[in-house]
Amino acid sequence: MLVSARSMEKKKTPLWAAHKQLGARLIDFGGWEMPVQYPAGMIKEHRAVREAVGLFDVSHMGEVYLRGHRVREAVEQLTTNSVAIAPVGKAVYTLLCLPSGGVVDDCIFYKVSDDEFLVVVNASNTGKDLEWFRERTHSLCEVVDVSDQKALIAVQGPKAIAMVDQLAGGALAGLTSFTFADTVVAGVPCIAARTGYTGEDGFELCCDNAHAVQLWEALLEAATPLGGLPIGLGARDTLRLEARLPLYGNDLDDDHTPLEAGLGWAVKLEGRDFIGSDALRAQKRAGLARKLVGFRIDEGQRAIARPGYPIVDRAITEGSPVIGTVTSGGPGVYVGGAIGLGYVPVERAAAGTTLTIDCRGKDVPATVVDGKFYKRPGR
Amino acid sequence: MSENPTDLRYTDDHEWVRADGNRWRVGITSFAAKQLGDVVMVDIPRKVGDTIAQGDELGTIESVKAVSQIYAPVSGKIVAINEALNEDPELVNSEPFGDGWMIEIEPSNRAELDALKTADVYTKFTADAE
Repeated sequence: MLVSARSMEKKKTPLWAAHKQLGARLIDFGGWEMPVQYPAGMIKEHRAVREAVGLFDVSHMGEVYLRGHRVREAVEQLTTNSVAIAPVGKAVYTLLCLPSGGVVDDCIFYKVSDDEFLVVVNASNTGKDLEWFRERTHSLCEVVDVSDQKALIAVQGPKAIAMVDQLAGGALAGLTSFTFADTVVAGVPCIAARTGYTGEDGFELCCDNAHAVQLWEALLEAATPLGGLPIGLGARDTLRLEARLPLYGNDLDDDHTPLEAGLGWAVKLEGRDFIGSDALRAQKRAGLARKLVGFRIDEGQRAIARPGYPIVDRAITEGSPVIGTVTSGGPGVYVGGAIGLGYVPVERAAAGTTLTIDCRGKDVPATVVDGKFYKRPGR
Repeated sequence: MSENPTDLRYTDDHEWVRADGNRWRVGITSFAAKQLGDVVMVDIPRKVGDTIAQGDELGTIESVKAVSQIYAPVSGKIVAINEALNEDPELVNSEPFGDGWMIEIEPSNRAELDALKTADVYTKFTADAE
């Protein structure tokens, strides 16, 4: 009984007590007890990231090192994007695919040296990804899971760069998008990467668990006078949706390929042979049958589409009228209205196409839109 | 701040009723509003004059991350719908027992009220739920 009780226990990040103290509402997220919102609430948190700066504890994400003198061969096999040949200091977004072309996970590879990559993976996929790495790297490299030793804090928003740069003594302003460096922020040694999941500029800071509270408190102290807030998983989701960044488990899974998900830019097929490349090449040649589209609920409709709602065509009289499914959806907290993502047949995927979404028994019109719902100013 | 007014009655679904004269005002409790988080839309596809039975679905409340139904706590005729919520759905969060009310019902069976929870019982009920 003791053993099973312990295994049921939810995992906590090193910042759990800090979240409690801030009055966060904690929920179960993939076995982790994580803040879904703080007392400010999701709308204020969302706005703080768009207009000032927000701090996110994303320590539940997995961190894995791949090391060895043949590591590039292993990485070349695993990744859809050009990761192996990236320059040292570069961070690369990539998919990990099955031989079928379905997605195992989406993640960022950080090239530490020619013999070492750091991979940051989705929390809910950490176990699966580790197994995948161990199985598929065929002893070409060492797979070292440091997830339980590392904390990860994202600092995002228009005021994030200057704020963190100041705490790092001016060492970070020169770091360009999708690069990273070893640095010291507020006395804490960490890896700073100019990456994020909000549609804003910012950093993600990876440090040892032991230093996480010190770093978090220094960041919070610097952010508060700027109008910054700690941000829960609720606003993290509404922010990434406006920026049209896919969420694994919703918009990506092993049944859909990156090409269908509109992530062709992260699939480099030319002259390459990686797990899933044959299937993706064949799919590209044959053309896509379905695509992930962005949609906006038509103005004046009092409805919000949520994940799992069917996309229907009532003109279909024989068989099921369901032609697709909403994979992400909610209010456009900053852009207004109600927005979402969903898979539809490719002939319904063009911008301007009207879709019908069955919102709990009510047929609601929506229109396919291209591009991000939110683009940050100057981009 | 779970101060549930003692002059109201409460349902298991976290609606409240103010049984005052012949127009009984209905809303959701501060406990429910807090659980939902920031409310972004209240949709009550009903008209003044509609007859409703206890337990009927009146409409939905959408927050940033959740959707929840509102049920009629008592039977009767709808005599008012709070139009202010169309413009300011956040009133449900800021004043759940005040300007965040949803509808007013002219009751057809006053005895239904007796089965609803008093403030004391409801406060204990939510303490157990938390």
